[in-house]
Amino acid sequence: MYNTGKVIVGIIVFIIFFTIPFWLNLGKVKALPKPELPKDETKCVEDTDYMRAYHMQLLHEWRTRKIRKMQVYYMNHEGKLYIMSLQRTCMKCHTSKEKFCDRCHQVVVTHPDCWRCHIAPEEVKK
Amino acid sequence: MSIKRRDFLKIVGYGIAGSIISLGGGFIVGRGSEILAMIDKQGEKKGVKWAMAIDTRAFKSEEDFEAVIKACHQAHNVPNIPDKNREVKWIWVDTFERAFPTAETEFISEEVKRRKFLLLCNHCDNPPCVRVCPVQATFKREDGIVMQDMHRCIGCKFCMAACPYGSRNYNFYPPREYLASMNPEFPTRTLGVVEKCIFCYHRLDEGKMPYCVEASQGKMFFGNLNDPESEVRKVISENIVIVRKPELSTKPKVFYII
Ligand code: HEC
Ligand code: HEC
Ligand code: HEC
Repeated sequence: MYNTGKVIVGIIVFIIFFTIPFWLNLGKVKALPKPELPKDETKCVEDTDYMRAYHMQLLHEWRTRKIRKMQVYYMNHEGKLYIMSLQRTCMKCHTSKEKFCDRCHQVVVTHPDCWRCHIAPEEVKK
Repeated sequence: MSIKRRDFLKIVGYGIAGSIISLGGGFIVGRGSEILAMIDKQGEKKGVKWAMAIDTRAFKSEEDFEAVIKACHQAHNVPNIPDKNREVKWIWVDTFERAFPTAETEFISEEVKRRKFLLLCNHCDNPPCVRVCPVQATFKREDGIVMQDMHRCIGCKFCMAACPYGSRNYNFYPPREYLASMNPEFPTRTLGVVEKCIFCYHRLDEGKMPYCVEASQGKMFFGNLNDPESEVRKVISENIVIVRKPELSTKPKVFYII
């Protein structure tokens, strides 16, 4: 084979060049979202891991139960009662949509349409 | 074999400690089942059928109507759209001949025919809008309230065509731009959905009266139609009442005292 050395060096340079982003970011996770957590509360409706993974299901359950099943209260696993409401419960503790919900959703590129109707705390017109 | 005094006292001590713990446990479990029962029961309101009676004799001035309409529209973020053909309203005022078109020929006094009437969704017992909704966005709850689930509404407007009372409005304009102030406790709606009065289901479920009834200061009555002792039943039986378009047999649950 002709120019074996040059070809191998070329291939190595090629591989390194195309994996530069990987090498530059090695060991750093930059895209991790940092939602602003409530300061005067310590616990969410359910535990944090559950909320992180299943809050959309919880919201779906709440809205079905409240609107279609005539129920008002949700009991969490500790027996604490919450009124099932996006604006009156979630957003009373999580007082900002932009600094909480959106920070995660921008990272995972999801756009729930809830805020077309539901009023985010920051857009309340006086 | 005899027990030593020391051992005997120990056993008695354990016994007392154990019973205190189980008492506490029993108390907690007991409370738990109480709460569970409450949670389970919250959905079933057997035998409740909500109804409203409006004393049209008591509504005299523009302000009387204004106060009621404002209370509802502000609380529910109903937009104030100037275009009369495409406005959105949950509760509004109209004349006798428009509210009761088929009663016009009947022998009702001129004074009554000159009155203004407060109109809203009748929460019919036999609601035509529910039958035509292709996605079950509008449905009748067990307690008779005709609910509108905005999350399901696709804006097809079938229900508007079906409703004989004009109680339903389509959002032709972005509603938020026509709101002077917002109530952060209740959602707005969005372009392309149909909306109407929901009999303040959220307040009834929490044991409160609808906003309009509260703001009317005794000119409107609300209660359980199935309970002979309730206020609505009393005022309905003691006064002459009419409903809108009874010949359609939609069985309205908003009664007008004349
Ligand atoms: C009583 C106040 C309170 C209410 C009500 C509440 N939250 Fe929370 N939520 C918190 C707190 C405090 C945390 C942070 C918990 C922690 O630090 O472990 C949290 C955490 C979360 C998280 C995880 C954030 C993360 O760190 O990854 C999500 C998602 C969330 N909440 C969504 C909701 C939703 C949706 C609702 C309404 C169904 C809701 N919360 C209602 C107080 C509340
Ligand atoms: C810890 C980060 C985080 C926070 C904080 C958070 N979300 Fe989410 N949310 C997610 C993730 C991840 C998904 C799933 C995205 C997917 O499946 O594509 C999601 C999905 C959803 C969905 C379903 C979207 C869809 O199109 O299916 C809804 C609704 C939702 N979130 C509501 C909320 C609300 C309301 C809040 C603020 C109270 C909130 N979330 C806060 C991470 C978060
Ligand atoms: C078309 C407008 C609209 C959209 C979009 C919308 N909602 Fe709603 N939502 C409402 C209205 C209006 C109510 C009040 C009950 C009713 O009339 O249906 C409500 C009620 C609720 C309730 C129960 C009552 C309360 O006070 O919160 C929950 C929970 C809820 N919505 C969650 C959501 C979530 C989560 C999303 C996003 C995935 C969403 N909604 C999107 C209009 C909307």
